[in-house]
Amino acid sequence: MKKFSLLVTMLLILGVVLSACGGGSAPAEQPPAADAGAAAQTAPSGEAVTINYWLWDANQLPAYQACADAFMAANPNITVRITQSGWGDYWNNIQTGMVAGTAPDVFTNHLAKYPEFAEKGQLVDIQPYVDADGVDISVYLGQLADLWARDGKRFGLPKDWDTIAIVYNQNALDAAGVTLDELNNATWDLETGGAFQELIAKLSVDENGNNGLSPDFDPTKVKQYGLIINGAGEGYGQTEWSWLAATTGWRHIDELYATKYNYDDPRFIGTIQWYADNMKKGFIMPIEQVSSLGGSAAFNTGLGALHSNGSWMIGDFVNNATFPFGFARLPQGPEGRKSMFNGLADSIWVGTKYPAEAWQWVKYAASQECANTVGEFGVVFPAQQSGVDKALAAYEARGLDVSAFTLQATEPDGTFLFPVTDNASQISAIMAPAMESIMLGQAEAAAVLPVANQEVNALFQ
Amino acid sequence: MSVQTQVANRSGLQQRRGRRWLNNESLTALLFVLPSLIGFTVFYAVPAIRGLWISFTNWDLLRPARFIGIENYIKLAQDREMWNALVVTVYYVLLNIPLQTLLAMVIAVMMYRLTQSMLIRALIILPWLMPPVVVGLIWLWLLDPNIGIVNLALKAMGLPMIAFLGLPQYAMPSIAMINIWQYVGYTALLIFAGLQSIPGSVYEAASIDGASETQTFWKVTVPLLRPVLVFVIVTSVIGSFQIFDTIAITTKGGPVNATKVLNWYIYEQAFSRFNMGYATAISIVLFLILILVSMVQMRIMRAGESDM
Repeated sequence: MKKFSLLVTMLLILGVVLSACGGGSAPAEQPPAADAGAAAQTAPSGEAVTINYWLWDANQLPAYQACADAFMAANPNITVRITQSGWGDYWNNIQTGMVAGTAPDVFTNHLAKYPEFAEKGQLVDIQPYVDADGVDISVYLGQLADLWARDGKRFGLPKDWDTIAIVYNQNALDAAGVTLDELNNATWDLETGGAFQELIAKLSVDENGNNGLSPDFDPTKVKQYGLIINGAGEGYGQTEWSWLAATTGWRHIDELYATKYNYDDPRFIGTIQWYADNMKKGFIMPIEQVSSLGGSAAFNTGLGALHSNGSWMIGDFVNNATFPFGFARLPQGPEGRKSMFNGLADSIWVGTKYPAEAWQWVKYAASQECANTVGEFGVVFPAQQSGVDKALAAYEARGLDVSAFTLQATEPDGTFLFPVTDNASQISAIMAPAMESIMLGQAEAAAVLPVANQEVNALFQ
Repeated sequence: MSVQTQVANRSGLQQRRGRRWLNNESLTALLFVLPSLIGFTVFYAVPAIRGLWISFTNWDLLRPARFIGIENYIKLAQDREMWNALVVTVYYVLLNIPLQTLLAMVIAVMMYRLTQSMLIRALIILPWLMPPVVVGLIWLWLLDPNIGIVNLALKAMGLPMIAFLGLPQYAMPSIAMINIWQYVGYTALLIFAGLQSIPGSVYEAASIDGASETQTFWKVTVPLLRPVLVFVIVTSVIGSFQIFDTIAITTKGGPVNATKVLNWYIYEQAFSRFNMGYATAISIVLFLILILVSMVQMRIMRAGESDM
């Protein structure tokens, strides 16, 4: 009896431990890969069809619902059902959905995620559809369309784009006597930190009212930080450090789908060390203070003068900032102003029963008509110029000047592409702790980054 | 689960070992057990056995799995992240269990000796009634260095601000504290139930013999409570090894992997790195560790016997 009960206990433990993992889902059989080429020739059949469409940004839901309504009016046999869920759940649901066969027909995809899905044969190559329908991909701004193409295949049509700019707290600028002009024209370089470093020093204030330029400034009792970033930035640093590191001429990778990263470059090491040093000096909010709730939450409560963030966050500042704010240009480095250029696109899952209808929706969501509709909501910049104009008008109607983002996007050489490569999740797992240890001051960038870079590049061997 | 086992052991089922095992009584018992046995088979036993199979494959969730023998286990032995996760998990268990059990004991004895109030008993288990995700979120906000009330209190007392969840050295102790806060009431309630099962006559006898309060506690209460304590400690150690929700909400394994416990690592391998086969192999290792730990505990604490 005793032995038996021990056995039962053991089985129970095994069950509890493993059922959390097995999830009851067997290695599923591959959903039949839709033969996109053949399907492209067959027109939508005309029978009543429901297309499930997922997105993660709640702010964009009304805009795409409006697009879907217009699409359904034009295609009465197709119903588009939109589901929105937060970023974390979103990707879990999509992955488990792909295993269980319940993933959406069409979903909003991200550049950090799509190569893995494509490699595992989960995305429909839409190039045959693009060719068959003669979709003009030159209407998309910049190189947005290129981001979704690889080896002659295409996994999405661009819907929107984003760039990075500086959000400023007007009260903090006024108190320090800093003008928007000064901020817009600030320069930065690796050796001295330039006018930008002087600005963030001047905008840092301790509890005794000394600013960062004063010898009495106490970096352990800072009331207002000159700059707030969102965290250590893992391997991308999109809003955190990519916009400074890139002004030195450094890039994450040399070309799209590269098999080698450049985290061991002295220019990158120098930039990251600059961040760590300025956190120690009390000019940039230490990352341990932003890791729980994020940089924007800290900025919105008035704990910083400047904050770097992406254009998708504009609405968040409108809703949550407790003070007058505005958007300023990024500082100018040795090679000018640089922002990462990132964009979302809709992908079709291979398991869809209605590839032709799914394609119709993807095509419409990336069309000029939908871009204009989305633009009017003023939540995101559509991938086509006419939509951008609508978005600008919508922001202006709300009294917001968002030109810092759009000027960056249209400036010659103002942007560089999101570093799309394979192994994205493994790279994050290596880079996140490495970057954190540097920014927490536990280790020097020059010691950590070359080792991390070796590990990253070994993933591609 | 093992409550029943314990109770069964204590009520002397062992004595019936000699009888024919399929008499009327045990048939009835089997019928009672059947519904939960079905649930156990479908939701635990089958997934567990399938899990064992998955651990010998290279399944990546999306493509068909291929049998690769013990490759996952070889990789696991050389995986620095996995060893770090093991160390971090043991560290958490050590921070969590001793303090939690001690506090629960104190609370239980106080409940037993000082109050009959249902209100206080209810209040004490209130944190346990909250969903762990809610608890995690509440503490995330409370402990925030910038706007959290805990740091405002520290500041009001003239103490320096502490980034409880943002610094590697504080993150794990903070999470252990959150979970002690959540589970101490429940643990206390179990011990309290154990205290109530000790007959009052034993205490009377002790007081007639002139035993002091401390002597009564150590010489009467603790030995008679041992079977319940074993149950409490074994189950809470198992639960502690499997910590996940608090970490998923607050630190997500960071900063600098300081809270990357085994279960978080398993989750990360399975669902963000698409290595389901490898993740399952780690779960098997966790399972073996838990069996070992539980067996050692039960042996040391003579779980099957009672002093009563």
